[in-house]
Amino acid sequence: MAGLSTRHLLGIKDLNLEDIQLIFETADTFKSVLNRPIKKVPSLRDVTIANIFFENSTRTRLSFELAEKRLSADVVNFAASSSSVSKGETLIDTVNNILAMKVDMVVMRHPYAGAGIFLSKHVNAQIVNAGDGAHEHPTQALLDAFSIREKYGDVAGKKVVIVGDILHSRVALSNILCLKQLGAEVMVCGPTTLIPKYIGTLGVKVEHNLVKALNWCDVANMLRIQLERQDIKYFPSLREYTMLYGLNKRILDSLDKEIMVMHPGPINRGVEITSDVADSRQSVILEQVENGVAIRMAVLYLLAGQTP
Amino acid sequence: MLNLTLLDGQKFQITIQRLCRQLIENHNDFSESVLIGIQPRGIYLARRVAEELRKILPDSNILQGDLDITFYRDDFRRRDQLVPNQTKIDFIIEGKKVVMMDDVLWTGRTIRAAMDAMQAFGRPEKVELLALVDRRYSRHIPVAADYVGIEVDSIASQKVVVSWKETDGEDKIILLSEVK
Repeated sequence: MAGLSTRHLLGIKDLNLEDIQLIFETADTFKSVLNRPIKKVPSLRDVTIANIFFENSTRTRLSFELAEKRLSADVVNFAASSSSVSKGETLIDTVNNILAMKVDMVVMRHPYAGAGIFLSKHVNAQIVNAGDGAHEHPTQALLDAFSIREKYGDVAGKKVVIVGDILHSRVALSNILCLKQLGAEVMVCGPTTLIPKYIGTLGVKVEHNLVKALNWCDVANMLRIQLERQDIKYFPSLREYTMLYGLNKRILDSLDKEIMVMHPGPINRGVEITSDVADSRQSVILEQVENGVAIRMAVLYLLAGQTP
Repeated sequence: MLNLTLLDGQKFQITIQRLCRQLIENHNDFSESVLIGIQPRGIYLARRVAEELRKILPDSNILQGDLDITFYRDDFRRRDQLVPNQTKIDFIIEGKKVVMMDDVLWTGRTIRAAMDAMQAFGRPEKVELLALVDRRYSRHIPVAADYVGIEVDSIASQKVVVSWKETDGEDKIILLSEVK
């Protein structure tokens, strides 16, 4: 039976349509496993996985760790803030030292774009990208598309708008690539300063008016303003951003259809989305988190299963 | 390839009937028993047996489920990608007598994995194994079937294939041998 076409998961760029479908079908099975009284399967019992996080994370790290544990893999965690990286060790040295302890796979988050690709060329382990700078966050895009598929039955033909800080968002790029592969229509919406100049080359629509964008779409994916990546001011104030691009109950109720609201987290309540919307019936934010574990189990299982 | 038909037509039907009667001897009206077919090919056997039992015992409630064992196999990473099938068990097996079914019992490894997989659904009172074909003298682990359709002596390079009316057009058990 054919497996994934790639040895690492560095970005959605490396996946073809069959890969994505295979991941979804495998995730369906893992989702049913996660709803059993005993949620653990022994598949990866002889695999050791290192979670290497050079950047903060709650959801992604927990989600990966749970996925690994539910597959019975051995797990080691590493956070750069409490490590020898601050003593001047290079990325390759750090990872090779970890691999010398007989680790088979590395799940890595890094503040620099391309860190995963760089690492995959220099070390002998399978790499899963858990977010590299403003580049890609493939598992997030897969779980977002998986959540849309779960709700609507299919992703093809659906209209998805991604709202917010597109310029600094790895979630946006991975989502665009993944949704386009699956045949969805994608629009980005945000202030001109936060939309990359050449976004049109990815085949997405651009809209600067939130209400118009929401009236067009079936699904709205609300992104956080990544203040930590913004070296200059991109808009006058957060309050002004919220007035123009914040999703609240009034806007949602004024639409003539019921759209699905997504958010990759962490939520800044009251900025890009109000609490009543985040907790509303239309929001699938917690379903996304649940699906995240199933998707990550599928990715790890399919990568680890490749015969060396 | 040389094909040798081991069982088909009326004899096949009689064998299924006999297995059903043997099951009834031990499980009465099946109120405390459930049937579980092992994916991918054992589910057709379990469905057929359940169907026959319902004909013989119209008043009883025969529960039958499908169990996928992909994640529990012991050859993960030792052979090509193993894509999972669906598990569909919408009843409780805790405290029940479980009859696991597979079309061909060969090395016994599938059964070992199935016993592992089943634990995720509770602790059965008893587990039995029904195999339509028992390829004798080829076990890798100590597993034996409680109910056997036919016994076959074969060598490792041969294959035993069970085809079903519902999916393959005909009820048949074939022994495939490679011709050198």
